[in-house]
Amino acid sequence: MYFLRRLFLLVPLLLVISFLSFVLVRVAPGGPFDRERKPASSEIERQIKAKYHLDEPVWKQYARFLADLARGDFGISLQYRNHTVNDIIAQALPVSASLGLLAFGFAMGVGLPLGYLTAARRGHYQDYLGSFVAVLMVCVPGFVVAPLLIMYLGIKWRLFPVALWVSPMHAVLPVIALGLYFAGRVARLMREGMLNVMPSEFIMAARAKGLSENALLLKHALPLAILPVVSYSGPLLADLLTGSFVIETIFQIPGVGAFFVNGSLNRDYTLVVGLVILYAVLLIVLNLLVDLIYVLLDPRVKYD
Amino acid sequence: MLFWCALWVVMLLAGCRREPRADLVIANGNEPESLDPAIVTAVPDMRITKALFEGLARLDGKSGRPTPGLAERWELSPDGRVYTFFLRTNAAWSTGAPITSADVLYSWLRALSPQTASDYAGQLFYIHNAEAFYNGKLKTPSEVGLRALDPRTFQVELDYPLAFFLDLCCYPTLAVVPRRIIEQFGDRWVTHLPLPCSGPYELVDWRLNDKIRLHKNPYYWDAANTRSSLVDLLPTASPNTALNLYETGIADVVWDKDLVPVELMDALMKRPDYHNFDFLGTFFYRFNVTRKPLDDPRVRQAFALATDKQRIVKKLTFGGEKVAAHFVPDGVANYQSPEGPGFDPNLARQLLAQAGFPGGQGFPHLQYMFFSAAGGGAKIQGKIAVELQQMWRKELGVEIQLRQIERKVFYSSQSRLDYDLSASSWVGDYNDANTFLDMFAANSGNNRTGWANAHYDALILEANQQTDLRRRAELFRQAETILVAQQMPIVPIYFYAGFMYFNDLKIKGIYPNLLDEHPIQDIWKVKPGAETPGASTGAIAFISAVVLKRFQ
Amino acid sequence: MTEPPLTSSGLAKVGDATLPDRDRASQRSWQRFRRNRPALWSLWLLLFVALGVVAWPIILKIAAVMGPAGADFTQRFQPDRVSDAQFQSPSFAHWFGTDVHGRDLLSRVLYGAQVSLLVGCVAAILSLLIGVVWGAVAGYAGGKTDGLLMRIVDILYSLPSIIFVIVLITTFEGILRRGLARLGAQDLDVSGRLLLLVVGLGAVSWLTMARIVRGQVLSLRQRAFVQASRALGAGPIRVLARHIIPNTLGIVIVYLALTIPAVILYESFLSYLGLGIQPPMASLGSLIAEGADQINPIRTYWWLIAFPSAFLVITLLALNFLSDGLRDAWDVRGEN
Repeated sequence: MYFLRRLFLLVPLLLVISFLSFVLVRVAPGGPFDRERKPASSEIERQIKAKYHLDEPVWKQYARFLADLARGDFGISLQYRNHTVNDIIAQALPVSASLGLLAFGFAMGVGLPLGYLTAARRGHYQDYLGSFVAVLMVCVPGFVVAPLLIMYLGIKWRLFPVALWVSPMHAVLPVIALGLYFAGRVARLMREGMLNVMPSEFIMAARAKGLSENALLLKHALPLAILPVVSYSGPLLADLLTGSFVIETIFQIPGVGAFFVNGSLNRDYTLVVGLVILYAVLLIVLNLLVDLIYVLLDPRVKYD
Repeated sequence: MLFWCALWVVMLLAGCRREPRADLVIANGNEPESLDPAIVTAVPDMRITKALFEGLARLDGKSGRPTPGLAERWELSPDGRVYTFFLRTNAAWSTGAPITSADVLYSWLRALSPQTASDYAGQLFYIHNAEAFYNGKLKTPSEVGLRALDPRTFQVELDYPLAFFLDLCCYPTLAVVPRRIIEQFGDRWVTHLPLPCSGPYELVDWRLNDKIRLHKNPYYWDAANTRSSLVDLLPTASPNTALNLYETGIADVVWDKDLVPVELMDALMKRPDYHNFDFLGTFFYRFNVTRKPLDDPRVRQAFALATDKQRIVKKLTFGGEKVAAHFVPDGVANYQSPEGPGFDPNLARQLLAQAGFPGGQGFPHLQYMFFSAAGGGAKIQGKIAVELQQMWRKELGVEIQLRQIERKVFYSSQSRLDYDLSASSWVGDYNDANTFLDMFAANSGNNRTGWANAHYDALILEANQQTDLRRRAELFRQAETILVAQQMPIVPIYFYAGFMYFNDLKIKGIYPNLLDEHPIQDIWKVKPGAETPGASTGAIAFISAVVLKRFQ
Repeated sequence: MTEPPLTSSGLAKVGDATLPDRDRASQRSWQRFRRNRPALWSLWLLLFVALGVVAWPIILKIAAVMGPAGADFTQRFQPDRVSDAQFQSPSFAHWFGTDVHGRDLLSRVLYGAQVSLLVGCVAAILSLLIGVVWGAVAGYAGGKTDGLLMRIVDILYSLPSIIFVIVLITTFEGILRRGLARLGAQDLDVSGRLLLLVVGLGAVSWLTMARIVRGQVLSLRQRAFVQASRALGAGPIRVLARHIIPNTLGIVIVYLALTIPAVILYESFLSYLGLGIQPPMASLGSLIAEGADQINPIRTYWWLIAFPSAFLVITLLALNFLSDGLRDAWDVRGEN
């Protein structure tokens, strides 16, 4: 059926994505071994490139990459030359995943009720105050929120650790710093979804039947109202699971985000392509799940 | 909502690691690219490899001079070209196996082998036939000037006498590495634990972007003097994070000049736990002399004379850096630099007028290229760029555009000479003027200005073949005069200052030196309640030293 | 103040017989908007900000030619003027204080706001034009078309945007520079870089909009009024233009109001990495990225982070309340 067909598309999609990103990173000027100090002779430079097959034509490198990929080997990182990309993903993904899931939970846990409140009390002071808070959350970047949290909660009042990833207490500040922005977005989308649904005819019919306002909103309006949030959740979760560079750098958390951005800036071709594939798999699977959830939430949705 | 609480509890149970606390925690700088001493290029990487793998000699933490390492003594032939090293009888791997000259030979040949892809293989090119071997012109390694005469004796033959050869022997590229493990595991050999180490520490744990844990190597020949048993090195990339870690007591030491927040420098300098010292590095800018009108030395001199270096050092860097009138930093061994030009805007204007651009009229819109990033240490380059632009505008009437580009694009553009003016920096590899001056020889890959001067090249070549240190210094002086006072393909701005934070009442064993060399094994943290190692710890140290000596 | 939900009786529209109703509906929408006071205040605030941002360079130019006092005024407030008055806190001479180079912060914030708002608007427009149409077509068409369009979105979304931005800027920068040099307009080079940045940012911002609109349309297309319209023989383009897209307007407006800060913050992130706007130019994003270093326990020059952030927050708040007001006023709720 429809979803099986989508799953079958996964492999060709990944091939396209891997090829595009493979080429994209190599097109960017500057290579992984370009540094301030050059080796003593050009022969050394040549040998270094040759060892990692960077002197071969791109299609040949890609063929080699595909052959390795078939064995599940993403290759050795060009920046962390003692580690394979698989090593790095194995170390970093669990960390990013737990941080991401917690942040997702925080974003939903704060954003959904906030959106609901502002929609239910639309036009009252709760709406304006709630919207103010939501927009505030969306406007302030992570590299401002994180130092603020660290300075007050970490250093001045010594409530939480300021960095590193050792115990669950270490997760509190990063999760808040990461989740706040997304909570704001979720709140705004939730509010919009609710406002969209509340005037519909079946809601009015239910109201006419005498259902209490709360039961009305929760049981009938919510599944439809949450649709924009669900649409957004696919890419949101994929982004969160693969980490955030800013949060990971400021809190020194060994997650995937820092590797991805640093890899891009350092032209670590193998690591970047490996992480892009990882991200693509997550994204495609999550979008599939999201489409599945649409059908559950809104029975009127049909895929051909 | 309940789901997330459950997740939290799961994390609580799963994430709790029971690890003993380290004796010393150091915020080291960027995550090392590798811990293989033959291929590392960055300073944070080298600090760790020096703790794990030692070479024939090692740098002393107080003077920065080479002292005996795995070799207990050496002899030099009368012509200055042949070194004979005598290895210690108690030199051993962290597994207990002895280190022999065969290991040294293997390690050096490995660095010279193209398959290792070592950036610094060039350090060994001073050895007879080494470069030919690297280039594949020589097939047999036995023709290279390296010989293991017997398991305790190692001989090196150079092409010409080298004043800084012993400094090179301290360099990570020439450290001794375990053959069996490398042959078995290839590129990933360093991550295979337990790892046989030849240095004062062995590797216990390496978690990328998290921490590197070192444990004292009990078989190290000088293990008695290894002060801290368990050392953690944190790969902190952001200066503000390093500061936070230090302020909350998680990190005992923060050492890396890129880990100090530049804007706070003036406030930090007033604190007692902030230590700065002169450092073997220079910040300068390059001209691309292949582009008109920068091919005219008068134009370059005009730019140099219009640069107010004092202002930059006082208003932007705040770290106590010294203005650089010449290229080689002060304090380099056996050398005194000549004086270059200062700040003389009037002369600058005259020179520019002589070159055909009176008052800056008709001067093309050139670009000053640099890279910069807000959250990191390179931020200062953007600020310096803005000031330089203003200086040239005000003093010369010349409009220079700023071109901020990304770091890798920057290196690539500079190599291809696709720039007009470019920010630059250089840190010396060893304590000798040559590491700064040979880069502007015509065929050096580090020149990147398009400038070539046969007289300069001849001076450098002759200087490096001198055994008489005074004559050598004189030749270097002449060369540097051409570089910074006459031809000026570069304009040095300031000499770097190294910075560290640590509380010197609690952390002992760190001494300031020009090379920023602070062997980890010398450092220890005073336990609370004791100002100096007390009688009990002293007794233990004494007894363990005696015990260890019994087993040598 | 509360508005009762609009009932279906007031503005029922089926098919095309709506012209006279439409005019009155527009008037009613406008009246509704005017009654929403926060939205109205926001509109005034945004107009005031836009005016200030646009007028400030003109004021400086005029003042420069108005005698010595005027010239002094211009000099002091020139955003590029490096001076010795480093790190001065807000005072009468410099209302927002000065930065490390002694440049006036108020001026830099206003000039920076120009850049940021430009970036935000272009991204919003691209989002609107490309994203909405793409998502609507995908959601309405369904089947293979939906699959193809959404998979393209997936592919583009997976690609590393930082590298894309680097490649875009470096590839076209050289071409642009040489082109401008040939035209003799080298001073425009800096604007060229800005243009590339804006295009690059806009190119990545329509993707999520497409996805959200598609989700909404999937839900809408099975609704009674759509079926009715189709039953009456309306072609797909008419259905899309008249019924589907207007019903997504609410979510589109809200998401647009989220896209603008997202893009401004992404530009801020690029500046944090050293990839964004070229010094000595500034954007609100780059000012905030630089000011973020002031949040530390040792010493804080608070004005360097407070004013740019406050300016951004207030502007975006106004934008959001305005978008809420627009959405409430023009909501085609009657079309059920």
